[in-house]
Amino acid sequence: MSVAAIIRPYGDTTGDGRVQLSFTLPVPAVSAADRALAEGAALQLAGKMGMSPAMVVHAKPVGPDFTFFIVYGRVSHLVDLSAVTVLKREFELLSPAEVNLRVRTALGRKLVVVGATVGTDAHTVGIDAILNVKGHAGEKGLEYYREIRVVNLGAQVAIPDLVARAASEQADAVLVSQVVTQKDAHLSNARELGEAFRAAPEFADHRPLLVVGGPRFDPAEAGALGVDKIFGRGTTPGEVASYLAHALAPAASAEEGA
Amino acid sequence: MTTSKLNLDPATVQLARELARRAGAPVTRLATTHTTVSIERAVLRLAGLDGADGQGMPWVNRLVDAVRDAVGLEHGVALPAWDALAAGGYPDLRTLAEQAALGQVKFRIPAGGEAASARELALRSAKAGIATIDDQRALRSRMIADLADPPAPWIYLIVATGDIYEDIPQAQAAAREGADVIAVIRSTGQSLLDYVPEGATREGYAGTYATRENFRLMRAALDETSRELGRYVRLTNYASGLCMPEIATLAGLERLDMMLNDCMYGIIFRDINPVRTFIDQRFSRQVHARAGIVINTGEDNYLTTADAVDAAHTVVVSQLLNEYFAREAGLATWQLGLGHAFEINPAVPDSFLLELAHAQLVRELFPGAPLKYMPPTKHMTGNVFAGYLLDAFFNLCGLMTGQSILLVGMMTEGIHTPFLSDRDLALENVAYVRSAAGRLGLSFTPDHFVVDRAHQVLDEAVSLLRRIEGEGLLNAIADGTFGVTKRPPDGGRGLDGVISRADGYFNPVSEALVPGGGPADERGNPVSDLLGGDPE
Repeated sequence: MSVAAIIRPYGDTTGDGRVQLSFTLPVPAVSAADRALAEGAALQLAGKMGMSPAMVVHAKPVGPDFTFFIVYGRVSHLVDLSAVTVLKREFELLSPAEVNLRVRTALGRKLVVVGATVGTDAHTVGIDAILNVKGHAGEKGLEYYREIRVVNLGAQVAIPDLVARAASEQADAVLVSQVVTQKDAHLSNARELGEAFRAAPEFADHRPLLVVGGPRFDPAEAGALGVDKIFGRGTTPGEVASYLAHALAPAASAEEGA
Repeated sequence: MTTSKLNLDPATVQLARELARRAGAPVTRLATTHTTVSIERAVLRLAGLDGADGQGMPWVNRLVDAVRDAVGLEHGVALPAWDALAAGGYPDLRTLAEQAALGQVKFRIPAGGEAASARELALRSAKAGIATIDDQRALRSRMIADLADPPAPWIYLIVATGDIYEDIPQAQAAAREGADVIAVIRSTGQSLLDYVPEGATREGYAGTYATRENFRLMRAALDETSRELGRYVRLTNYASGLCMPEIATLAGLERLDMMLNDCMYGIIFRDINPVRTFIDQRFSRQVHARAGIVINTGEDNYLTTADAVDAAHTVVVSQLLNEYFAREAGLATWQLGLGHAFEINPAVPDSFLLELAHAQLVRELFPGAPLKYMPPTKHMTGNVFAGYLLDAFFNLCGLMTGQSILLVGMMTEGIHTPFLSDRDLALENVAYVRSAAGRLGLSFTPDHFVVDRAHQVLDEAVSLLRRIEGEGLLNAIADGTFGVTKRPPDGGRGLDGVISRADGYFNPVSEALVPGGGPADERGNPVSDLLGGDPE
């Protein structure tokens, strides 16, 4: 069955356009008069957002100066599926055994991955989820892969130290996770990373693959930030391992599509 | 009110404590034979040296660095500093620090009568600082007596805007909405700064800098709110990172009520040198003990990197080590906010029963300790509706097992810093569970599944402690025993700030803290009480 090219949100009937929304407005709702004004304000906002008709199903004062609303309503907007752009994954997903085989065949040695969070970012959750044996989302981390040697430098590593360590470990790939996004620190750190590796004399001939991940990155921005690959929210270790195999240990052409 | 549901074997519990003590004792010896730059700076802070130079570098750093360059810190900063103060006729430490920074002060290690008078002067200044800490502790007691102390569990909420002037109204609003404890999250980079920033700050990354002025401003605001609400609202910050001793000191001086202070967190998660951490930690805990501050330990963190079922026993091991180090440093049971968390994958069958087993085990292992229970974070997927349900089960588990400090879970965990409405919904969740099932623990009797699981975790903890005791705690940390990360004793940040004490080492704060101790009624006898016997 083919999907219609033009769709609307589905509440309980095709095309009914029903959605829900919750938000807070800086208005009181303690007295009855306040409440009427607050609900009117919520309806006005919902209307301007394209919900018509809209219904405030819940309005609760949050302290003396704020009101929290839950609103249900109908939107008339149409979604044109033919105009949706999706970043396609340019590599196939492989099992750990397949990744190991590819690395063994193509490299004849272990693939070396150096991982860290850089700058002031102390959140190791992301890098650990990808690297630690324990992994994430039911998938084992890269330490589990027999043919991958993982050097996890942990949190708040200075970029020059990361460059030096990548050189001494002869890294094939450098993985950097960035969770902190205040003042776009994740973007400036990613740029700095790319520049540092490009400028490093140790890597004048050939630099490691630079892979950056974090919840607030736009995967399409890799080129603009000067890195090879960006992974966004919800990336699993298997996706990263598959990508590394794709980029660093390509299958012999005869096996392609096998 | 906690009666035993698990029938833990007292001999096994005693053995676990004894192994923790044996594992920790060599590290304690390290702490009593070394000092650090931050401990020496804490001495100067307690003696009243505040402020920073034009570049924002605190005067305590300038003075300690000058002394270290001139005569080393093996004898402590106090002897050469107060000797120079008297010899040079400087009016105060600030002037001495300014002149020292200009290279105008000649330091020496005094001997004989000059050493005795330097010691006396230093001791007098340190005692004045400790008197301020004692006054703050007494003021807290008075305020709690005049207002009210909220019933357990205390509801713990976080603010983290990066701007102290935004944090204050948020903290006050959170208290009005029901929070008993406000934690101001620090700027993420702060743990690796080897100085404490100065003054009120408005720019931080994912949190607000811990500074003395920020502490003062927030405590004053919460005092106002406490009076308005008729209950004492507690304030929490982080005594961790490279400046742990100084932050502990500032917390005592500015009447913070609880401090995150874990024996291994900085090592494992911040890659701070293990030796530096253990030395700093002992001093900071001595100060916390005197200030009547409840420490919060960070075992919840282990479960964010390791599996919450497989690694459950590492939490218990860390709690026992934290307990040993805390008691050794003089903290009383009521000050031990040992941490743990509700982090089992909800897809695991019987996950709630396993959580009950772990939480009840911790409750029964540490009766009287104000346990801090942390909400789910790892399995908060972005499905806020499922997350709200999971938080309700966390609240239920916490209430059923008599946890003391409940960090309120946000359904938007991992998506963004909480909206005002997220916090309100979270408090509504706690209030519902508390009112509907707050007494469920009284009528709940666990079946063999829960009991067996608790026994299994305790047995695994004993085995691991045996291994740690055998190979040595520092080696165990180097092997990656905790949090899957390997941290060798000569690695990490801050080792260059560790100094071996010379024979004539003098620290007026330790001197003033230890002999008299604090109010006797609350202190007890740390280690021997714990083991029910002679601690060697």
